[in-house]
Amino acid sequence: MAATARGRALVECRGVGKVFGGGSRGDGQRIIALQDVDLAVADGEFVTIVGASGCGKSTLLRAIGGLERHSAGAILVDGAAVNGPGVDRAMVFQNYSLYPWLTVTENIRFTRQLAAHTRERTTASVEAALGRSDALLQLMGLVHVAHAHPNQLSGGMQQRVAIARALMSRPRILLMDEPFGALDAQTREVMHDLILHVSELEHSTVIFVTHDVEEAIYLGRRVVLMAPRPGRIDSIHEVPLPRHRTQDMKQSAQFLELRRKILARIRETAGMKTDLELLQKLSGQAQAG
Amino acid sequence: MQAAGEPGAAPARALPGERGAGWRALWTIRGPLSQRSYWILAAIGLLVPLLAWTLLTSLGTISKVFLPGPLDVLVRLGTWWNEDDLAGDIGISVYRVVAGWALSALIALPLGLYIGTYRSVQALLEPLTDFIRYMPAVAFIPLVMLWIGIDERSKVAIIFIGTFFQMVLMVAEDVRRVPLAQIEAAQTMGATRGEILEKVILASAKPALLDTLRITMGWAWTYLVVAELVAANSGLGYAIIKAQRFLQTDKIFAGILLIGALGLAIDQGFRLLHRLAFPWLHARGGP
Repeated sequence: MAATARGRALVECRGVGKVFGGGSRGDGQRIIALQDVDLAVADGEFVTIVGASGCGKSTLLRAIGGLERHSAGAILVDGAAVNGPGVDRAMVFQNYSLYPWLTVTENIRFTRQLAAHTRERTTASVEAALGRSDALLQLMGLVHVAHAHPNQLSGGMQQRVAIARALMSRPRILLMDEPFGALDAQTREVMHDLILHVSELEHSTVIFVTHDVEEAIYLGRRVVLMAPRPGRIDSIHEVPLPRHRTQDMKQSAQFLELRRKILARIRETAGMKTDLELLQKLSGQAQAG
Repeated sequence: MQAAGEPGAAPARALPGERGAGWRALWTIRGPLSQRSYWILAAIGLLVPLLAWTLLTSLGTISKVFLPGPLDVLVRLGTWWNEDDLAGDIGISVYRVVAGWALSALIALPLGLYIGTYRSVQALLEPLTDFIRYMPAVAFIPLVMLWIGIDERSKVAIIFIGTFFQMVLMVAEDVRRVPLAQIEAAQTMGATRGEILEKVILASAKPALLDTLRITMGWAWTYLVVAELVAANSGLGYAIIKAQRFLQTDKIFAGILLIGALGLAIDQGFRLLHRLAFPWLHARGGP
């Protein structure tokens, strides 16, 4: 198993590839969503993946989660090959994943209905589970809506429920697919500090996909930058900030420098320079100098 | 933005229900309507045709065989109830429709669930179901008489044929509309296929499924007369057919209106059930 600077890797991607489409007669559109992806995530690490549209970041996350079958390479979790979804890898989606017919508490306790989590039905284990869901309600600030239904909650509250539900069974790895993408900026800031706090408390390993570079730098210990066509890892950046983050760090020199660097790289790899030239042509202005 | 209009105090966007709100409130696109205005308009919508019908027939210029008046229909309903066992007709017809519809539901719900969940099952069964759906139930009458006979089962069979194939496809559609994220969330929580089918897909589709049951019940009703063509000797459909032979137009009217009223009552019953079964869907607002 590959070692990272911080010790044994919990999640390992070796030469992972994913191809979509391409009919047997070769007349379909063949999209290389992932090509030769190598990534190692240490136990307890918070890694963010960022990149322009089509770079494959969501595909990679879903492949690690077992929701997509990778076409090439290997994905290992704690040494074992990933062969589909599993209780060790919980996922938080952007929206529409909560169960509207259940209350907030019932949503969080959903895993209690599944055989995979209730192998031993002792009084102690049931009590422990109920206690944990109560603790999660407190942790995520959901106590006052414990008996509400998701359609009565704002987007931010719904995502809190989704995160609490994912954490209920203490998954080893938390996979988050642009979970705050549909939220407004203020709510997002609150959620950032919340997820940092929660992941610290739970000692979770988190792989967080986003298109927001600031979010990626603020949350991650490392930022994985992916590029499109074909989807691949372009570079991995260490975030030179203390582990305990505060909002004012977003104004620090290191933060801004890293943000500038990553944004520039995204522009380069996504071929956005061409777009700027076209824009200038359209507005009829000659380029100065 | 000033709209050209009546001189006077009426503002450009008056609140509906307010005195003087009038025309504009009624014609705001997607605009709200006060409860009072709604019920007034609904009453007008129902009473005006009724009044027109009464007026037209009371003129005496139209033969009662062609167009009976509402009073004639009411009188006929009275004699039907007292002398002709209307209660029995209603009972047997309701039984036939509900039985045919229930048998449909019994098979269509699990089958539609599988068709909507597994592409393989869809590929296997949907083309056939789609095809049979277009075959008219009426045309099956001779076959049904041949294969099943002329007892109650044959009438239930006709209703079944008319209802089942539509129901299966609607159930499959309802199941397919379950958001993928709900299913994938359960997968990442370690749910088995059976658990996902039962606790996520079925649970998520239930409100839509109840609506499908309500709508298909309406269609089942429309097959009543067709079903009772199969050598019936009781029932609302049979009564209408018999009345046609004797040119008892008032009884035809009575039968049709009664079927409509019964269907409406059942429909409202389903809607009430929907509100009771899924309160979280119908109540909006904070906890």
